Amino acid sequence: MATTVAAPRAAGPKHKYESGIWSWLATTDHKRIGQLYLYTALAWFLVGGIEAFIIRLQLYGPNGRIVSAETYNQLFTMHGTTMIFMAIMPLSAAFFNFLVPLQIGARDVAFPRLNAFSYWVFLAGSIFMNVSWLFHAAPDGGWFAYAPLNTRVYSPGLNMDFWVIGLQILGLSSLAAGFNFITTIINMRAPGMHFMRMPVFTWATFVTQFLIVLSFPFITVAVTFLLFDRFFGTNFYEIAAGADPLLWQHLFWLFGHPEVYILILPAFGLVSEVLPTFSRKPLFGYPVMVYSLILIAFLGFGVWAHHMFAVGMGPIADSIFGITTMLIAIPTGVKIFNWLGTMWGGSLRFTTPMLFAIGLVSLFTIGGISGVMHSSPPSDLQQTDSYFVVAHFHYVLFGGSMMGLFAGIYYYFPKITGRLMSETLGKWHFWLTFIGMNLTFFPMHFAGLDGMPRRIWQYDANQGWDVDNHISTIGAAILVVATLIFVINLVRSRRSGARAGNDPWGAPTIEWSIPSPPPAYNYATIPTVRSRYPMWDMKAPELTASVPHSPAGEKEVTVKVGGATAGHIETPADTQLNAENAHPSAHELGIVMPTPTIKPLLATLGLCVSFFGLIWHRHVPIIILGGVIFVAALYAWLLTPLEPEH
Amino acid sequence: MEAVHTLDGVPIARIPLDGRGHRATGWWGMMFFIITEGTLFAYLLFSYFYVGAQSPTWPPGGPPELTLAIVNTVILVVSSIPMRLGTLAIRRASRGALVAWAIVAALLGVAFLIIEATEWSRKPFRMSTGSYGSLYFTVTGFHFAHVVVGLLLILEIVWRALADRVSAARPLAVETVGAYWHLVGLVWLFVFFTIYVSPYLW
Ligand SMILES: [Cu+2]
Repeated sequence: MATTVAAPRAAGPKHKYESGIWSWLATTDHKRIGQLYLYTALAWFLVGGIEAFIIRLQLYGPNGRIVSAETYNQLFTMHGTTMIFMAIMPLSAAFFNFLVPLQIGARDVAFPRLNAFSYWVFLAGSIFMNVSWLFHAAPDGGWFAYAPLNTRVYSPGLNMDFWVIGLQILGLSSLAAGFNFITTIINMRAPGMHFMRMPVFTWATFVTQFLIVLSFPFITVAVTFLLFDRFFGTNFYEIAAGADPLLWQHLFWLFGHPEVYILILPAFGLVSEVLPTFSRKPLFGYPVMVYSLILIAFLGFGVWAHHMFAVGMGPIADSIFGITTMLIAIPTGVKIFNWLGTMWGGSLRFTTPMLFAIGLVSLFTIGGISGVMHSSPPSDLQQTDSYFVVAHFHYVLFGGSMMGLFAGIYYYFPKITGRLMSETLGKWHFWLTFIGMNLTFFPMHFAGLDGMPRRIWQYDANQGWDVDNHISTIGAAILVVATLIFVINLVRSRRSGARAGNDPWGAPTIEWSIPSPPPAYNYATIPTVRSRYPMWDMKAPELTASVPHSPAGEKEVTVKVGGATAGHIETPADTQLNAENAHPSAHELGIVMPTPTIKPLLATLGLCVSFFGLIWHRHVPIIILGGVIFVAALYAWLLTPLEPEH
Repeated sequence: MEAVHTLDGVPIARIPLDGRGHRATGWWGMMFFIITEGTLFAYLLFSYFYVGAQSPTWPPGGPPELTLAIVNTVILVVSSIPMRLGTLAIRRASRGALVAWAIVAALLGVAFLIIEATEWSRKPFRMSTGSYGSLYFTVTGFHFAHVVVGLLLILEIVWRALADRVSAARPLAVETVGAYWHLVGLVWLFVFFTIYVSPYLW
């Protein structure tokens, strides 16, 4: 560890990687990579949303004729795959990247170039999967792709080839990011930040990465088998050759259930940051919050077969998995009560991030309760493969994950861009999302209980499902409007939102002590952490309500606390904020930063060439060419030191 | 202008890029890479046991022949010893000893690959013959690929030692490659037990 501060050096000539497009292609800065994840994931969120809306239009009335059955299969498969692997997971990754080094007081993640590699691989995998649309061969076997239905015999087209290869690429990205972030959190924390002082979002990240490292190998194995079956004639899933029809289901759900927690825990972490700030109260029961995170992750590996009650595992297995599933509701319920306890008696400020956080607490609870309902095998047999299940997991993933991620976006947007998002548009976005979401998914409970099966492209009239489906589609239309408002808000606020300053919300954690957006080196000196809420220790509690969460241009904000007007706060003038945001460059401070490099991108391109060769008639020379590019780029990358020679 | 952003105003040190723990970041990275790879093999073997438990006869052609596999197990486990001695040598700044021990480990690794390939060629079934063949060749094939990567890494270490780029003060590359090589040996023990020993036990 360096103990002397190097003398400031004269700024050298600007490298071509420091500005323009190259500064993004060659970046190793966790904050830029975080933004790349954010905007890419939001783009896929829109694509997945369009797919969902077409599905809803098709199902608006009986015997819908908007798309064919084949297209419908592709739409629901890609909707699920896109939202899970290309929207929610990378949105979480955007926050892992942007926030974790800031929250623990580090210069960057442990392996900045591996981090860039993770992003490029994710981008490549997501594009690869969607290129299939151009060939009219989008994956069509459901997001869980049950084998042997998806072996070459029963799914002969290119469709599932795209899925198998695309998912393998996306899994590689998550695994690489997984041990990168575990190492970062173990090894890069600021002095004094021991584990029980870590912000809860960092805790959620830590637990999530362990889930990824331990559960993604299951899907890697399952997909490798399927890939070998489809391309090299092996017999992992060929029943006639001695395979077992449930092997895929076990492997898939051993991954799939922990995956649910991979999708939801980061959102829990974000909400645990937002609620204390806008309640002006420390998180209720921090240690219990942490233990319940760990317990959820641990139990999450012991419940997978609740997805398989209908396959006939026998009463003993059914009972065991029913009980473990009911058990996991306990630590989850603990979290709900802790959030309620945090808000109880606090000086609540209903900003947009706070509204979305409360949205998560209320809507996730509904999804959690319907989840406990099908933890009982007899009732699951009634509900499985019906729209009841669709309602359940959309309350968990939309009402839970997406609400939490929206809370995080509104909350951290000022830190990321230096500007606040519009509160007016934000509130429109929230209320339309909240209403549209419930209109879309609540009637699905009834449609499901009335027997409407999942994954059907048409249904006949007079089965009692018409009204439910009408309402669902109207709700989906409202969600479309809400999302458009969000996009407008995002684009406009990024350009001309109100200036944020270091700490627009009066938040308790150390990432709010540095300028917004933070300088490349994050902290000029190491922060020493002495408590869980360093910023609140420093700032007098009277400062409670300094919240310039105003629409652009408004200079004076009335802040409401707990329903009563607490005072008038003046937004600092732009000039003042400019002074606050002015900071010396890394050069001037003599701080050594990782060298930008495009080698991770080149390595990714090598992988792309290989996978292209595989899907394009198994063209061996192209596969080998891609492998050579990958190895060469990787080798050159490992030979170059991370920092410039000094 | 506030140039220094601290919480208590006392500049302590520059934040190093390589972490603050007593272990290097690269070491932690290799540990978690090993955990990831180990998990991958654990799940491959889980699949083997699962399919085996569901089949009436397993393995379909009776328990496998043991001779070559036992020889190979001994070779690979023994090869961890020179690798370890090489790591100890570089800590003593003895670069020549590192090169010698690394080459011994690599030669044992090559012997393992040759014997493994011989064993494959003698099998009466292929990868596409049935589920057992698929599992057998995928599990041993994955392990084979890991040995090949390990050999390339050892060659890199030899190259770096000859080019004077590892030293007692910079042993990290040798230590992480050593850790990887031990993983490859350890995983083989589990593969050996699963594929060769377990059929004799049930
Ligand atoms: Cu589950």
